Amino acid sequence: MVWANVTLQGILLGGLYALFATGLALVFGVMRMVNLAHGDLGILAAFVALFIVQSLGLPLLWATVLTIAIMFLLGYVLQRGLLNFTLGTDDTRPIVVTFGLSIIIQNALILKFSADSQGLDAGTIENISVKVSDQLSIGWFPLIVFLVAVGVIAVLELFLARAKLGRAFRATSDDREAAELMGINNKHIYSLAMAIALAIVAVAGVLLAIRTTFDPTQGSFRLIYAFEAVIMGGMGSMWGTLAGGIILGVAQTVGTQAFGAGWGLVVGHVVFLTVLAVKPSGFFAKTVTA
Amino acid sequence: MSVVLELKDVDVFYGDFQALFNVSFAVEEGMTFAFIGANGGGKSTLLRTIAGLQRPASGHVLFHGEPVDQFPAHKRVGMGIALVPEGRRVFPSLTVRENLLMGAYGGRKGDWNVESVVELFPLLKPLLKRGAGSLSGGEQQAMAIGRALMSNPELLLLDEVSLGLAPVVIKRIYEAMVQLVGSGHTIVVVEQDVGHVLTVSDYVACFLEGRISLEGKPADLSSEAITAAYFGM
Amino acid sequence: MNTPSSQGIEGGAGGAPLRTPDITKGAPVVPAFRVARSTRMHRIVLVVSAIIVLVLVSVPWWAEVSVSRSLVTFFTLLALAQMWNLLAGYAGLVSIGQQAYIGLGAYGVWLLGDVIGLHPFIAVFLAGLLAVAVALPVAPLIFRLRGGYFSIGTWVIAEVVRLVVSNIQATGGGSGKTVLSAARLPIDTRITGTYLLALVVAIGSILLVYFLLRSRTGLALTAIRDNDIAAQSSGVNVFRSKLFVWVVAAYVCGVVGAVVALNLLRIQPAAAFSINWTAYALFIVVIGGFGTIEGPIIGTVIYFALLQSLSQYGTWYLLLLGIVAVIMATVAPKGIWGFIAKKWNIHLFPVRRRLELESPPDEGTRPADKPDAAPVAGSV
Repeated sequence: MVWANVTLQGILLGGLYALFATGLALVFGVMRMVNLAHGDLGILAAFVALFIVQSLGLPLLWATVLTIAIMFLLGYVLQRGLLNFTLGTDDTRPIVVTFGLSIIIQNALILKFSADSQGLDAGTIENISVKVSDQLSIGWFPLIVFLVAVGVIAVLELFLARAKLGRAFRATSDDREAAELMGINNKHIYSLAMAIALAIVAVAGVLLAIRTTFDPTQGSFRLIYAFEAVIMGGMGSMWGTLAGGIILGVAQTVGTQAFGAGWGLVVGHVVFLTVLAVKPSGFFAKTVTA
Repeated sequence: MSVVLELKDVDVFYGDFQALFNVSFAVEEGMTFAFIGANGGGKSTLLRTIAGLQRPASGHVLFHGEPVDQFPAHKRVGMGIALVPEGRRVFPSLTVRENLLMGAYGGRKGDWNVESVVELFPLLKPLLKRGAGSLSGGEQQAMAIGRALMSNPELLLLDEVSLGLAPVVIKRIYEAMVQLVGSGHTIVVVEQDVGHVLTVSDYVACFLEGRISLEGKPADLSSEAITAAYFGM
Repeated sequence: MNTPSSQGIEGGAGGAPLRTPDITKGAPVVPAFRVARSTRMHRIVLVVSAIIVLVLVSVPWWAEVSVSRSLVTFFTLLALAQMWNLLAGYAGLVSIGQQAYIGLGAYGVWLLGDVIGLHPFIAVFLAGLLAVAVALPVAPLIFRLRGGYFSIGTWVIAEVVRLVVSNIQATGGGSGKTVLSAARLPIDTRITGTYLLALVVAIGSILLVYFLLRSRTGLALTAIRDNDIAAQSSGVNVFRSKLFVWVVAAYVCGVVGAVVALNLLRIQPAAAFSINWTAYALFIVVIGGFGTIEGPIIGTVIYFALLQSLSQYGTWYLLLLGIVAVIMATVAPKGIWGFIAKKWNIHLFPVRRRLELESPPDEGTRPADKPDAAPVAGSV
């Protein structure tokens, strides 16, 4: 039964990975840009929430809402004010600039908050669990995280499928120039996409901060796991990203159980590399070209 | 009859390469103006410039007498200029209906909607729920024209609508065109297929290597003159 | 061979200038031309470089130990920057995971020196092969990824290597190892030897890139960088060219890691496989200039100067690096050298092939006047 428990933990962990991955996938889908600072922006959100709770004394829920709003605005300004200028025919510029951003964010956070581990306190909800069967119980909080992930992805998919703006996102993703001819201002659409992506990663960052400890250097790992989830899930599919996150989460938890703490992460990476070797377009790819 | 579109001494470059040399002409309201010419002559560049996807290096594009060069493409749709681009450029991951709705995204109010577009192109009726990527060339072309109409344009620009299509399909497209021509739109159409386009246009100009080499009413131009202007003899 | 042939490539039979055949009356007259590589300036640069190298070689014998050690850092950074630039600026492979190979080289020299018993100075060059042993099988996997996803893929590899090395007790786990075979050398030998090795690696990396670019592979790379689908349809074996560059870069990064290990004597997974290596190389190339040999040299000089004056500020220093990198990459993507090269049309390394016209002055088409002309009358 220990394996069932471990697998279940992995699935729930996958929800968190999927939350981090969704924003990355959205931005790539709309403007073909990989934001190497994506993980760090999630951690930034966690620190923003921490700051609001500790220094402004607001309760966690309000702090989260405020953080989401701040990150939404930041996303819009960042894209419109900086990243839009790096987009063009040259593939290397956005990579270099977002990598530089990653360095800036990490070191700025260290300067302001120190490199120490921090945690966000959500109270008793972190500790209570629900019994599924005699030998199986899941923590409420991991379950909440998973459900939030499912909810966010569902809302995002609905938005893309039905909303006028969501349609505009899809059209821009298909053909940027033709979208312009429809009256879509690409600069604005890209900025909105980044804003939404950062709002989502803010949720992910806050949930991470509650679930476990975090520090300024965590962003790199969040990026890697998000990336692995996106690739395994397949391009162009948000639900695929959830599947990819689950695969990664399960691989990590099962690996930790089987080989010990240090090796669990290695197993996750090995599974990713195997999927890349065997099914490089991912399991649920919708678009053919990346 | 007022002048809807005017180009004055327009030069357009792609990097070092000059595509348009000092191009000037005027299109009156309700007119159908055709540009013919061989590939690479500059016809597509011309339409892209009018639509706002290219900026002239010098000269002006005037819409109702006002220069519009400073407006990017996405603003021009709202002003009443719609382009059906070369190669259709449909949105493959959207359905036909969604593609048409995209046409209305930044457009103006008016009589064109999904129903009236389907009336013009009945072949689209059963296809509304299909992904646009799975349509045939002719179906995509009909949809692309309909998509442009959804913005209720005053000035409709059509770039090589017959390209790559079977003659039967071209005939059907031009049958629809005839209806459009009579409906009060001002139309600028660019074509390689000279035969069909001359039957629907009020005025024709021939493009050769970025310059207008011949212009006039179709009735006044002999086929020899057109051939000579087309090939630059 | 970089001396232009005296005949050059001339039209017509037996070296006579091209005459216009009668049937194409009105066609333009093609003046005699030749394809040239180097100019007088290049020869001057060669002489100056040789002098600089001789001075540098002599350093351990007259300068303080701290100078030698600092210069080792300079040389290793220069080599890293050349490799990073080769990958990103020429092959279009933006790798943020070269630290995998740097670290493997460091552990490699320990393995070969301490465990197997080779002399550390020899072990340095073999340590690069350990890096290659990982880089080779990894390539077909990550080459399936494009653009930014490729970059993260390279980072995943680095992470895997770091995790594995950290978890194995035999390599010292998280606390690492001391390179005893080097520590046991007489201190003068070690300092001088490490210094000279580093100098060899730096010069070697510059020469390597230089000769690579002049070769057919170099032409292939330039084509791939500009448009790899077009290159493929022109017959360029894109995969092979990229693989070649990938393996070469891994080897050199491995050797660099080995030299660093000799310099520091201590290897630890956190430092050996640190993302900071990528950060430094990226910064250097962004500042100095992508896609040229001179760029990384300039960039290393600037970075090194900044390092000397600001390094005690630690985190502030990295923050500043990041900000400068972001601004430069956004505003001046060709870097400082790109700016200089364009403005004054200077190219210190004769990698480009230029068309020199032997036409009378009134034609006005000397290459010096048209630095970035269209391919018809310019350089490749």
